[in-house]
Formats: sequence, C-alpha cells, structure tokens
Amino acid sequence: MSIAEKYTDEIQAIFAKYPVKRSAVMPLLYLAQRAEGYITKGAMAEIADLLELDVTEVAAIVGFYSMYHDEAAGKYRMQVCTDLSCALRGADAFLENLCQNLGVKVGETTPDGLVTVEAVMCLAGCDKAPMFQLQQGDQVSYHENMTVDKTMELVEALRKSSKQVDE
Amino acid sequence: MPHILLRHRDIPDIKNIEVYKQNGGFESLKKAVTTLQPKQVVEEVKASGLRGRGGAGFPTGVKWSFLPDNLWPHYVVCNADESEPGTFKDREIMTYNPYQFLEGVAIACYAVGATEGYIYLRGEFYPIAEQLDACLAEMEKQGYLGDKLFGTETSIRLKTHLGAGAYICGEETALLESIEGKRGQPRLRPPFPAVVGLYGKPTVINNVETLTNLPYIIEHGAAGFRQNGTEKSPGVKIFSLSGNVANPGNYELPLGTTFRELIFTHGGGIPNGRKLRAIMPAGASSSIIRVDDAVFDKVMDTPMDYENVQSVGSMLGSASVILIDDTHTMDWVINKTIHFFKHESCGKCTPCRDGNYWMLHLTERIHAGQASAQDVKLLDSVAAQVYGKCLCALGDFSTMAVRTAIERFPEDFEKVKA
Ligand SMILES: Cc1cc2nc3c(=O)[nH]c(=O)nc-3n(C[C@H](O)[C@H](O)[C@H](O)COP(=O)(O)O)c2cc1C
Ligand code: SF4
Ligand code: FES
Repeated sequence: MSIAEKYTDEIQAIFAKYPVKRSAVMPLLYLAQRAEGYITKGAMAEIADLLELDVTEVAAIVGFYSMYHDEAAGKYRMQVCTDLSCALRGADAFLENLCQNLGVKVGETTPDGLVTVEAVMCLAGCDKAPMFQLQQGDQVSYHENMTVDKTMELVEALRKSSKQVDE
Repeated sequence: MPHILLRHRDIPDIKNIEVYKQNGGFESLKKAVTTLQPKQVVEEVKASGLRGRGGAGFPTGVKWSFLPDNLWPHYVVCNADESEPGTFKDREIMTYNPYQFLEGVAIACYAVGATEGYIYLRGEFYPIAEQLDACLAEMEKQGYLGDKLFGTETSIRLKTHLGAGAYICGEETALLESIEGKRGQPRLRPPFPAVVGLYGKPTVINNVETLTNLPYIIEHGAAGFRQNGTEKSPGVKIFSLSGNVANPGNYELPLGTTFRELIFTHGGGIPNGRKLRAIMPAGASSSIIRVDDAVFDKVMDTPMDYENVQSVGSMLGSASVILIDDTHTMDWVINKTIHFFKHESCGKCTPCRDGNYWMLHLTERIHAGQASAQDVKLLDSVAAQVYGKCLCALGDFSTMAVRTAIERFPEDFEKVKA
C-alpha cells in the first residue's frame, strides 16, 4: 500500500502545518520509515511525487540527516552515545562490553535481527551516562543510567515482546 | 530560592495545565495581550537585559526590534535543537515545565506580531514533540492559543517540527532551511533572518531557555528580572554540569555564580579522589580552561557570566560545563571533539569540510601515539587556517578545543614519535 493510502489523515494534518508543501518532506519521511524501519526507494519516489520534487532531492535529504535510513537494519537501532561527556563517564567501555555480551561489533545486528548497535553523538542525556536511544521506525525512546546487565534485560524483554507480536 | 525556569522542581505536577494555571500560569500572556502594546513588551524585554541562552548571548529585545514593520507576516521560531555536546537543559524544561515554555513562545509571538510560530526540535526529542503537541491542543481548547485570545483580535498558533539528527540545524539559518524542507545548510548573510527568514519573511529565532524567561519578565517587570545575575548578564541561567563530577545535572543559578559554587557546592566536587584538570564551559565548542595548582583559585573564583568567563580564556556559550579530571589527557579530548565536528560539518564550505577531515586524521594519529612533533604543529596550523574562514560558526567552534589543548597542555602532546 502506498504511504498516501496508509496514512491519509496524518498526511492531511502534516500539510496543514505549513504554508509550503515542501516543508512536509521531513515528517513524510518519518511516516515512510515507520513501517519498514527504513525508507525504501519506492517511498522516496512517492514522496517526491506528492511534493512535486525530484526524487534526487528527496534522496539528498535522506542522506543528509542521520536519523533517516535507506537500508534495512535490526528491528531496533540501539544508539549508544560515546561523545565527550558520556565518554568521561565510561561510555566507550560500556559499549565495548555490551557488544561482547550481544556478540556483535559496533554497526552490526544481532543474528535474530532484533538489535543493531551503533555509536552516536551527544543525545542531550550527558548527565545520565551511560545512555542510549532506541530508534524503531519513526519512534525514539531514551534509556539512561544504564549498565550492561540492565541493557541485556531490556534486550531480552524486546525479544519476548516482538516474538509475541509475530505469533 | 524557588526556581524561575525549573519550576517543576518546586511544583512537581506543573506539567499538568490545571496545576500550571493554579500557579499563575498564562497570567503573563493575558497581561501582555490585554494590557500591553507589542512595542511595550519589546521595550520591557530590552530593559530586562535578557540575553540569548542559545550560546551567543545576544540581547533578546534588541534582536526583536530588528524586524521591519512594513514586511509581513512575521514568524517566531524556537530553537529546540539542543545538540551541543554537554547541553541538556532545554530537554528538562520542555519535558517537565512545558507550559511555561509555550507561554513564553506565545509572548514572543505577540511582541513581534507573529500569528504563527514553529518549535524546531531535534529528531531524538520525538517523545517531547508528542507531549508538546498535546499541550498545544490543550492550550487551544482552553483559549490560550488560536483566534481572539482573551477576547482581543490577537491570533497565535504554534506548531512543532522535528529535525532528524544534524547538529548543524541548531545554527539558525540551517534550521530555517530544514523547516523549509531542505538539507540543513547555513545561508549566506546578509540578509539576516530578522528581514529575510522563514519562507523569506522577517523571523525571530530564540532558544528554549531564552523564551521560558518571558512569563517571569512580564510578571515581575525588568527590575524584578534584574534581581538576579549581574548588570551586564542579568537573570538566572541553567548550567548543565557533566563529565567527571559527583552530581552531574542541571543547576539553575544566577549568572555570575562562581565555578567553585557550581562544581563543589552543587556538583559535589570531583569523584574518586581525582583532581580537576580542565573545564570546557561551553561544551565541545569551548576553549579549554587549564586548572592546575597555580591558577586553581583564580579559575574557581571566576563568576560565570558572559564577560568573566572570557577573562580566563574561554566562553560561557550555552553554559554546558564539562569537567575533565587528571585521568584524561587532551589528545584524547580533542580526538573526541574533532570526531564530533567532522561528523557534523555540513560540507558546504571547503575550510570546514576539509579542515575537519585533516584534523581528525591527525588527532587520531596523535592520540594513538603514532604521530611526530611535526604532526602536532600541522594540526595547529590546519586549525588556524580553518578559523575565521567559514560560512558559519561551526568551523570556528571546531578549532577552539584543538588550539587551546595544544597551547595550554603541551605535555599531553609530547608522547609522539621522535
Ligand atoms: C553550529 C551551531 C549550532 C547551534 N546549536 C544551537 C542549539 O542547539 N540551540 C540553540 O538554541 N542555539 C544554537 N545555536 C545558536 C543559534 O544559531 C542562535 O544563535 C540561537 O538559537 C539564537 O537564540 P538566542 O538568541 O535565544 O540564544 C547554534 C549555532 C551554531 C553555529
Ligand atoms: S562552516 Fe562547516 S558547518 Fe558551517 S556552513 Fe561551512 S561547512 Fe557547513
Ligand atoms: S555526551 Fe552523551 S548524551 Fe551528551
């Protein structure tokens, strides 16, 4: 189904926010990312059509902003901040340890396709390091003052809940 | 003293609109819209001496007065991009005290005659944007936004817009590009946004914390606001304290509070018996202040305001105070900061784009102990060549820590190959 069919009401509300159609491109890209976790070539073409833009312009926007993804990854992207303030509180060691426990390297996805672990820049949670955000589709949640144990418990909970949804 | 901005710390349920109203909520907006001319609001804010809390410290009322009154419509855009490493104050305001913030945005709209305002949040603040959308709907329902406010002819509507992960969108013209649906790359100035801003119209851009001060200024007047802070830096400021400190967090304190009070009285000092070695008072964009025995008292007794932090060789910026203890060396620190700036450079101008590419190459080698003394000199000279040659301030920001680290901590750059 096309994005326009799937999210008709939301798209109307987005257009109503701005005096210029083109301004809808970022919210529309989030919508496109909601279902698949990344933005497909087809979705980019559809958004370009809706906004009367060239598809290369839409692709350039996807490429510019780091929260848009044009490739599939794990169901959840676990984005650990390793920027200065967090690093001063042990974020690099946390990430290394976490990766060992999950059996992946930074940038890789767990074999069951659940979690992709990434290192990212400051998330405005510097006083609660180690911390990460979970990105799923167009949604984001923060997890702060984390330990590797707490994180492994969270991963286990995510694994259970996504199995239930699948069944 | 009760908080002025972080009022949720005294009134925990203030994010509930009824609780906010019971505690004077929307009285300032009502007072402005029903009893003051827009020009009078601008004059009051000018008289208060409020300075922008987003980093540059520019006087807010003066900025507003640049909007021409023969070009319409006017827009107010709130900068809630908050991406400077070490900064996490706007997030706390918007999460726990959202109505005071939104009342502030509405007051700014009234002051400059804007009927529409946008709040630009970094994409990671998705849950905050959802909450703000709900707050805006509630305000509209109760008549604090929309048409005919308080029975007058004034209309004000506010909307949120989510970014998608790009520090450069905190730069005000890149932010406008982003709302317009383009890549977030800074514009050439002039023209300035006050004349040619969002959709080519006169636009005011202010930080979240700046705007959250407005209800207090309208309620207590310029003189009331000036009860806190110094003559040139009036009011309170939220200091985001992070890094090697016992109690990291946000602290709302009068401008001009000393480093000593922030770090030791409130922050609980340096943990694990370590010594404070360096301070970055403006996040990753800071010139690094060296704190050793010889200057310890001088630095600690420095009042944190826009003027005095300069006297110890740095800047207050957005007051994101990062503390670094003596287990860390500056070659490691600048490798982190350059990693950030290299990642965040938008690529529009060559000195910044290529300069950061080369600086990262060098900081990695130096940090790995694989560089020669010549490489350290080269790093310094690349930074010197980036400085002052870029389209926006990110280029300059990227050089501050590098140059001051090499100059002020020479011993950290001696473990190089012969
Ligand atoms: C690279 C860069 C990033 C910036 N990031 C932010 C930011 O995240 N939040 C902010 O309020 N100002 C940021 N600024 C400053 C804004 O350009 C602008 O000066 C500010 O929002 C004006 O608001 P104020 O006068 O209320 O401080 C940034 C500037 C630059 C050059
Ligand atoms: S200085 Fe850097 S971030 Fe700013 S416009 Fe130039 S390339 Fe972009
Ligand atoms: S440095 Fe990690 S959240 Fe700010």
